[in-house]
Amino acid sequence: MKFKQTLNTPTKTPNFSIVIFLSLNWNLPSPKTNPKPMAGSSLMENLFQRTLEDLIKGLRLQLIGESAFLSKAIDEIRREVKSTDSDTKANALHKLTYLSSLHFYDMSFAAFHVVELLSSTRFSHKKIAYHAASHSFTDDTPVLVLITNQLRKDLTSTNELEVSLALECLSRIATVDLARDLTPEIFTLLASSKVFVKKKAIGVLLRVFDKYPDAVRVCFKRLVENLESSESQVVSVAVGVFCELALREPRSYLPLAPEFYKILVDSRNNWILIRRTGAKSLLFECIRTVVTSLSDYESAVKLVVVKIREMLVDDDPNLKYLALQALSVVAPKHLWAVLENKEVVIKSLSDVDPNIKLESLRLVMAMVSESNVAEICRVLVNYALKSDPEFCNEILGSILSTCGSNVYEIIIDFDWYVSLLGEMSRIPHCQKGEEIEKQLIDIGMRVKDIRPELVRVSRDLLIDPALLGNPFLHRILSAAAWLSGIYVEFSINPFELMEALLQPRTTLLPPFIRAVYVQSAFKVVIFCLNAYLLQRGNAASSSYIDKLVPDVPGLVSERDDPESSDLASCDSPVHCKQDEGFNPRVSNQSFDGLFAEHGGEETATCGQSRMKKVWGREEAPASQIIRLMHDAFSNDLGPVSVSAQERVPVPDGLVLAKNLEDLETIFGDVQLPSLNSVSLGSPQYEDRAGFSLPILQSKEEPGPSNESTSLLADHRKQHGLYYLPSAKNEDEYPPANDLKLQADTNDGDEDLVKLTEQLLVSKKKPNYVKPRPVVV
Amino acid sequence: MGIRFILMVNKQGQTRLAQYYEYLTLEERRALEAEIVRKCLARNEQQCSFVEHRNYKIVYRRYASLFFLVGVDNDENELAILEFIHLLVETMDRHFGNVCELDIMFHLEKAHFMLEEMVMNGCIVETSKSSILAPIQLMDKMS
Repeated sequence: MKFKQTLNTPTKTPNFSIVIFLSLNWNLPSPKTNPKPMAGSSLMENLFQRTLEDLIKGLRLQLIGESAFLSKAIDEIRREVKSTDSDTKANALHKLTYLSSLHFYDMSFAAFHVVELLSSTRFSHKKIAYHAASHSFTDDTPVLVLITNQLRKDLTSTNELEVSLALECLSRIATVDLARDLTPEIFTLLASSKVFVKKKAIGVLLRVFDKYPDAVRVCFKRLVENLESSESQVVSVAVGVFCELALREPRSYLPLAPEFYKILVDSRNNWILIRRTGAKSLLFECIRTVVTSLSDYESAVKLVVVKIREMLVDDDPNLKYLALQALSVVAPKHLWAVLENKEVVIKSLSDVDPNIKLESLRLVMAMVSESNVAEICRVLVNYALKSDPEFCNEILGSILSTCGSNVYEIIIDFDWYVSLLGEMSRIPHCQKGEEIEKQLIDIGMRVKDIRPELVRVSRDLLIDPALLGNPFLHRILSAAAWLSGIYVEFSINPFELMEALLQPRTTLLPPFIRAVYVQSAFKVVIFCLNAYLLQRGNAASSSYIDKLVPDVPGLVSERDDPESSDLASCDSPVHCKQDEGFNPRVSNQSFDGLFAEHGGEETATCGQSRMKKVWGREEAPASQIIRLMHDAFSNDLGPVSVSAQERVPVPDGLVLAKNLEDLETIFGDVQLPSLNSVSLGSPQYEDRAGFSLPILQSKEEPGPSNESTSLLADHRKQHGLYYLPSAKNEDEYPPANDLKLQADTNDGDEDLVKLTEQLLVSKKKPNYVKPRPVVV
Repeated sequence: MGIRFILMVNKQGQTRLAQYYEYLTLEERRALEAEIVRKCLARNEQQCSFVEHRNYKIVYRRYASLFFLVGVDNDENELAILEFIHLLVETMDRHFGNVCELDIMFHLEKAHFMLEEMVMNGCIVETSKSSILAPIQLMDKMS
């Protein structure tokens, strides 16, 4: 037995002055149905036909599965709808419309039968047919052209219910042709003496004007006249139509402002002035009007902000949400309104409703300025740490987009921002890897002064084996690896960097990111070797070399290895051979491709001459290669504008093919190097960059007891078990932990609010330790 | 357009009434209803009645076992739409007497007629309960 649970028990009762009845009637379901009048039909099929009610009951009781039951029913309907008996046909369409509307069955096959039934003289049939047409006809329904006359007939019927059906249907399905052909009838109905018909004729105009704009010339005057009708229902519909029309093209309706004002002042209609509800919705309408359209009127805005505040502190989540939204709208012009309510806004960041949290996040971001960005971000990062993954990433996304907007416009202290990026990367739920990657590299290229700090942050990320286990961070690690390679000269300890880039857990990275790791490792090696060669050549002219070399004891001691000395003097024929085959494109393909294409030759020559000048004698080929590559790598890469390509003039006589298919025949069997195939162990790699491989390997292998191995041992000690390449346990690494972050996590909401308050109240400019660096 | 669609969905997520004021294919409707129902039914009593979805908003309210969900343009007044939902329920209540989910299931057509009296082209055109019900009572007499 089911009991009837009535609907007049709203589960939430906002500030509406409506009495709620809680009533549970222990009745059997007694739907007030009236059996279909079948008496007129003498056909057998009609006798045994299931009505819609039978179908619904059957659907509730079926045991064969809903879809099986429904497809049987559809088969039945397909038969019945072709019947010559109009009762059977009506019944079938009745069921079909129901199934189409609630169970998504396509009913376009029955379009013609709908048209047939429209012309029925029985109102109950017509009703079903119009409902079916409204629900299923589209602009592309072919039989639509057949209904114009029927609609015209019904629009001019003396039965106002028939007129109403036709108008309703038109408001849903009118096409260009229907709107054009029936405009005269609608025009007539606009002056109908029956309010019931007149208001629907006004309502249908919106669709008619949309489809057939010429109808405006015919009907507009009568539409305007209806604004002054004595019937409030008619005025209400006319106002509704004007609201929609004005949204599309406001200017055209400005001349009607006096009429609208009159209605606003005089009207007592319950829709125009929704009076039933203690006027909460009307009040909100006024607030919306002021914040969107009257925001230049200080007194209006002041009044409205008071009202918004009342809504903001209300217990009703609906009012709170809408108040936050309204504040977002005023924020750009009247930030004071947000600042006045900052406490509530910040507290809402931990509301139970994710929608309210999002709105308050938007508002917090609206408060961000040059002077408080660091403090606000600190508060937000703390919220991010405590939030569910979804909101955490909303917060991170907001920080990234706000700080990154307009080329980091609001960032003065890039040291702080870069370490914030590093900190954000370590938040457990962080999924913003791609954006953080983009910003790290972008800042690296744009802000020269920040590179040492970037390399430090990158080093911290690279060296933590736990981070490699989180796929969301792989893109960030890719950026960190690239930055460490390209700006290796700022590295305090390149050797440590090398260990980080080649640690066993890098196998967890996808191939295209491992490629970046390998290239960066290569750059680090070249840098170290170059430094060593410079020192050995007794010509350490650059200041950083002096600083660097003592820091890399392993590198210096490696001289004793037979392999390294081979390299230095380059007696080995193998190395000479590879020298000839060296191609900068291979090692630079990921990021430096452009440079390698155009700048390689030039740098090579200039590097060579410089070497000769420095050392005053011919160099061994291997040293030359290292010098060459070092120079190639140390050339600065600037950011390239998105429109740069367009500005390159096309040389005379160059014909650019639109289709590059021809290339396939030219390069028929040439295997283009793919990024994904580059990995440490692959034979391809050995072929191309073979000469660097022995060095890389020599660092992995436990060599003779020297400082290099002691460093390695230290690193192993630090990161313990991570060193053994044991594929099985790889995913069980603990999550990245940052003591500093954890300490902050303990701050309560109150502290955050206090902190934010302080920072928002104190208007004094913070003392910048250093001026904003140049951002290109 | 104002109102884009009106849905009545029960606690189990079954659609009991669907009225669209813009053309969507059946597949689009199926996808939209699934997404919206998933989004709204997961929310609890302490949360607000508004959900942003794609490029519009959904205003919803629960009455007993039935959710009333109305998709509206972004410039629509949410509180007014809540009022509209309540008016709809009150109107059905007056007609059916303690209206329940079964009434809507077995008299879907009538529920549609009430909506047609209240909304046209996505605009609210009638808010008087007796005006909404008058033609329906007339139709009852005729058949």
